Amino acid sequence: MDLIERHPILDFSHGEKVSFSFDGRDMEGFEGEPIAMALHANGVRIYRKTPEMRRPRGFFCAIGKCSSCFMVVDGVPNVRTCVTPLKSGMKVETQNGRGRVNLFAEEAS
Amino acid sequence: MEEIRTDVLVVGGGPAGLSAAAEAASAGADVLIAEGDLHLGGQLVKQSHKFFGSKDEFAGTRGFEIARLLRDEIAQCGDHVKIMLNTTVSGYYPDEKLVTAMVGEEEYVHISPKKIVLASGAQERLIPFPNNDLPGVYGAGAVQTLMNVYGVTPGKRVLMIGAGNIGLIVSYQLLQAGVEVAAILEAMPRIGGYWVHAAKVRRLGVPILLRHSISRAIGGDVVTGAMVCELDEKFAPVGEPQKVDCDTICLAVGLTPSNELLWQAGCKMKYVPFLCGHVPFRDKNMRTSNSDIWMAGDVCGIEEASAAMIEGRIAGMSAAASLGFKVSSENFEGCHARLHNLRAGEVGEKIRIGVSGVTVDGWEANV
Repeated sequence: MDLIERHPILDFSHGEKVSFSFDGRDMEGFEGEPIAMALHANGVRIYRKTPEMRRPRGFFCAIGKCSSCFMVVDGVPNVRTCVTPLKSGMKVETQNGRGRVNLFAEEAS
Repeated sequence: MEEIRTDVLVVGGGPAGLSAAAEAASAGADVLIAEGDLHLGGQLVKQSHKFFGSKDEFAGTRGFEIARLLRDEIAQCGDHVKIMLNTTVSGYYPDEKLVTAMVGEEEYVHISPKKIVLASGAQERLIPFPNNDLPGVYGAGAVQTLMNVYGVTPGKRVLMIGAGNIGLIVSYQLLQAGVEVAAILEAMPRIGGYWVHAAKVRRLGVPILLRHSISRAIGGDVVTGAMVCELDEKFAPVGEPQKVDCDTICLAVGLTPSNELLWQAGCKMKYVPFLCGHVPFRDKNMRTSNSDIWMAGDVCGIEEASAAMIEGRIAGMSAAASLGFKVSSENFEGCHARLHNLRAGEVGEKIRIGVSGVTVDGWEANV
């Protein structure tokens, strides 16, 4: 992870370091911090591709208001990764297009 | 579906919302704060600079320390304040006076409040240029969150768009985090922010290019640079654009109120350029034309956090008073005087004009 180590004013107190996967790659991040921040610290810049033009989208507003950082998290599409806390073992995937909800899986459970 | 009842629902746990909650709760009301992010404090948590102005409004204290003081005040209210984090209020149904909210990404709840204080803040503006959707084009607030809250740098070399206070302060904070700032561009012929902030970045060698703007972002999948052009008096590009190498383009081009819930609630609104967007009419106690709804902070016009905190206190007291809780008139008068002082002078002129155009003497239906 690429993190600020020394800062003249701020002390960063991170939580527990946990593992998660991004498009099948193992990564580390801090539990409880937003998924988007962990991805950025790991050098990931592209979070989804738009439905029509297939344009890459990434981090933008960081406060859950803009929809730029929507991703598929543990199979759920359109997750606002900038305000969704990271948990150990999470499966995070680049979202292609609108994302799909598996309605049958929902009914079965 | 679970339905949560409360005397006062405060939407947004930033400086305005926390101040409103503290006042309403200390008057005796039961308060629920619904906050979309993972922590209380709103945008104060990423503000590492010291506030200006008067000692009454935390001058000399850093933003994130003010957030801590407000959280302490809320903690002292004990059971009177309940907090729901990662909870985004998404709808208001005026007929049923019912609020819907999303907890996390998949769970919905109904909230049935007697009164509401909307303190939903603002969102960042975007300016049009080709490739402005590329990863690497970030809002200035987002850069602050990434860097000052989570300790992650946005990139190695940043081009800042906008020399208002946010553009200047965030440029300085980027330098503090060890990130290079290629330049600060400003379309206007003068620096919009305070000179003291401009002087700090100039002293560290960052060029501030007035009458300049970005003509396009460069990059395939992510930002690798930008084309920068000079502007004439009519803001039209002149001469050949210059290429600037950068991996991040930071937009500090203003904010606009997050007013969706006010529209849904049918509050009487007006477009006020000095307040940066559509804002609701209000009486002097921050009540909207909907007699169940008050508001405070950036949602009623973009201003400083210091003003948001006083507006929050007024709104919180007034909402509690409408439910029959006792609030001293001295407190009201004190807050009105503080707000008046804060907006006095040259800096507050646009705000004074903007606010006076949407302030009513009173709401007939409420009297």
